[in-house]
Amino acid sequence: MSRARFLPLIVFALLVVAVAWRLATPKDDRVASKLEGQKLPAFALPPAVPGKPGLSSADLATGSPRLVNIFASWCVPCIAEAPVLLELARRGVPIDAIAIRDKPEDVAAFLARHGDPFQRIGSDDRSQVQIALGSSGVPESFVIDRKGVIRAQHIGPIMPQDVPAILQAMEEAK
Amino acid sequence: MIAEAGLAALWLAAALAALQFALALGAGGAEGRALATIRGVAVAQGLLTLAAFAALVILFLRTDLSVLLVAENSHADKPWLYKFAGTWGNHEGSMLLWVTVLAIAGAVVALFERHLDERTLGFSLAAQAALALGFFAFLLFASNPFERLNPAPAAGRGLNPLLQDPGLAFHPPTLYLGYVGLSVAFSLAVGALVTRDVGPALARAMRPWVLGAWVLLTLGITAGSYWAYYELGWGGWWFWDPVENASLMPWLAATALLHSLNVLAARGGLRAWTMMLALVAFSMSMVGTFLVRSGILTSVHAFAVDPTRGSFILVLLTLYIGAALALFAVRIATVKEGAPFDPLSREGALVANNLFLSVILGIVLIGTLYPLIAEAATGEKLSVGPPYFNATAGPLALILAALMMIGPQLRWRRDRGPMLQRLAPGIVVAVATLVATLLLAPSISLLSRLGLALGAGLVPASLAPLAGRALRRTPLATWGMCIAHLGVAAALIGMASDSAFTREKLTTAVPGDRIEVGPWLVELRSIRPVAGPNWTALEAELRASKGAGVSVLKTQSRYFTEPVTTTNEAAIETDWNGQLYAVLGAEDVATGRWQVRLWWKPFVTLIWLGGALIGLGGLLALIGRWWRAFRTRRRFVEAEW
Repeated sequence: MSRARFLPLIVFALLVVAVAWRLATPKDDRVASKLEGQKLPAFALPPAVPGKPGLSSADLATGSPRLVNIFASWCVPCIAEAPVLLELARRGVPIDAIAIRDKPEDVAAFLARHGDPFQRIGSDDRSQVQIALGSSGVPESFVIDRKGVIRAQHIGPIMPQDVPAILQAMEEAK
Repeated sequence: MIAEAGLAALWLAAALAALQFALALGAGGAEGRALATIRGVAVAQGLLTLAAFAALVILFLRTDLSVLLVAENSHADKPWLYKFAGTWGNHEGSMLLWVTVLAIAGAVVALFERHLDERTLGFSLAAQAALALGFFAFLLFASNPFERLNPAPAAGRGLNPLLQDPGLAFHPPTLYLGYVGLSVAFSLAVGALVTRDVGPALARAMRPWVLGAWVLLTLGITAGSYWAYYELGWGGWWFWDPVENASLMPWLAATALLHSLNVLAARGGLRAWTMMLALVAFSMSMVGTFLVRSGILTSVHAFAVDPTRGSFILVLLTLYIGAALALFAVRIATVKEGAPFDPLSREGALVANNLFLSVILGIVLIGTLYPLIAEAATGEKLSVGPPYFNATAGPLALILAALMMIGPQLRWRRDRGPMLQRLAPGIVVAVATLVATLLLAPSISLLSRLGLALGAGLVPASLAPLAGRALRRTPLATWGMCIAHLGVAAALIGMASDSAFTREKLTTAVPGDRIEVGPWLVELRSIRPVAGPNWTALEAELRASKGAGVSVLKTQSRYFTEPVTTTNEAAIETDWNGQLYAVLGAEDVATGRWQVRLWWKPFVTLIWLGGALIGLGGLLALIGRWWRAFRTRRRFVEAEW
């Protein structure tokens, strides 16, 4: 009981410091992707639909930032996201896509029904590129800068309230 | 009008708390008339706070939408029970409930505590008033529950439908009564540290509060676990979520305190430990309720974060806990130690109990706070999940269970008697179970296997203290201990059996399909819409059978419109040897098949049955102690007369 009696007080003081830090720093619930700031893994995907080019990592290091959307025709949240992507494309955001485990006719039907904001669509029918990108589900989107480095990862559908953040990330990636 | 009256009552109560604090300190020990005055002030403070809480209840029952809190958290269409429960289903209301319980606990101590040294009681009442004062200030300045809304809206904003459940309506108040009951132990410890008068009398004054609080915490945690089990539809009964940990940590501290109090009351020993645990138990209650509920730790249960509130709470916690721990550090060296004892004795076993419970508490605390500390130190975001807790707390809990087979059978001070004979029944059953699981279920995990063996061995071992006694003359407190320990055995077997033998089936089905899970054959009969008071649902009817007889299970996927939320109502068929648990998932639009999840969980019910037994044991001990105190007092009065 000599020095040990101060131990609880010291432990508590450390706890207070940690909590005070939490209060002082605004909470950021965004989980940053481990891949942010890293170069895109090298890949080359065949076209997902006839009449539109496929996607390779070389297509994404073009000197201007691009948005890569990971989607699938069988994915319900992707339908919710489709109008927002169209709006982003209308505002001049270049968007490419990777279709996950999909069939050409299904992708074509999806695009005919929900709009087609994409410049290129690669077909990743065994999710290999998706996994290499560190993406765990559909939809997800990546902001790629002019040198082909991942700048931001958005998990889940891009909803209207996410548009400013995406546009800002595109701006910062220039 | 009612809102203003409630607010006025709250201000008056706060003023009385300030007065009580000043009187108790100014009187420097508060003897004679001064103590009588303080008692009166404490009672008035308790009643005024209760009146403020009653005012808020009335506002919620009437759905008075001109009050901001009601408008944001209630709705005229809600069943009345949930309007009532809605009073504490939000930040401000739950804080008011907390303060109400705190003030009433203070009033009860002031009114009924007659055995404790008056100086110690005076300082304890000062501490209790200081606690109340801080939380009154928090309510009045940062979380006013009576704030008006002008103009009043036409409809309220509803209540989280997950909380629309009769069990959950009374879950928070039960836990709060438990948390705040520990405040009395905290205040008494502070009082005793100030006067350096730590001894058996203090332990006896503290014990009913700790026992009562511990019973309520046990029941609250058990009920909360069952609620999560059937309402969240994940088939699990404990998720190591920060809010669950927040209730588990005070419980662990209170469990340790309960055991070390017995040493202090009976033998005058473990003074430093007991004081530390009394301070820690309520500190954990405060840390749990305030840090988690203020959203500083992320949790599914979290209320919105408000930096003002967070800072306010942090200042309060720093003042209270910091001051109490500093007082402990300064004073504990001058507190006399009690009678010495052998390591192999009742005291020795209780010290081991204290150590293991404290280490488990430390593990849970580290796991809960680690994400916060890691992010502060390295900026890295991470979360700590069940694998950490199970791998660390699990083995320690098993060692504790093994010690429980021995401890209650040891004598006070030192035990040189033959050990083997007393321990034989428990060891034989444990080894037999171990061998049986090795032969019959060779593939289950080591922790589950040991859990089953120790749980089974603990059944005869926990009843052993009753052996050879005249059962009718055995004190109720001893019965209470045996039943509570039996409850631990039951819960342990339930947990181990659930983790070892659960069968899970996740499949898609259309009406007419049959699914096999464990010994059951389950047929999906129909899926049809049903409507409730403020929800609509899709209800699946399942017919389950295992040999003879058919049970009908109805599981629902409920849609609430205000606010828009979906919940899964699990259907549970309870059999003597376990539960069949069914959840209806979403429809696959393309194929028209429905997701169905089925679990067969052998003996899972023992988990909550065990929890209830633990609570019952505590209750018996509480009644037994009271009865004994009552009888000795009467005898004392008769002798005097």
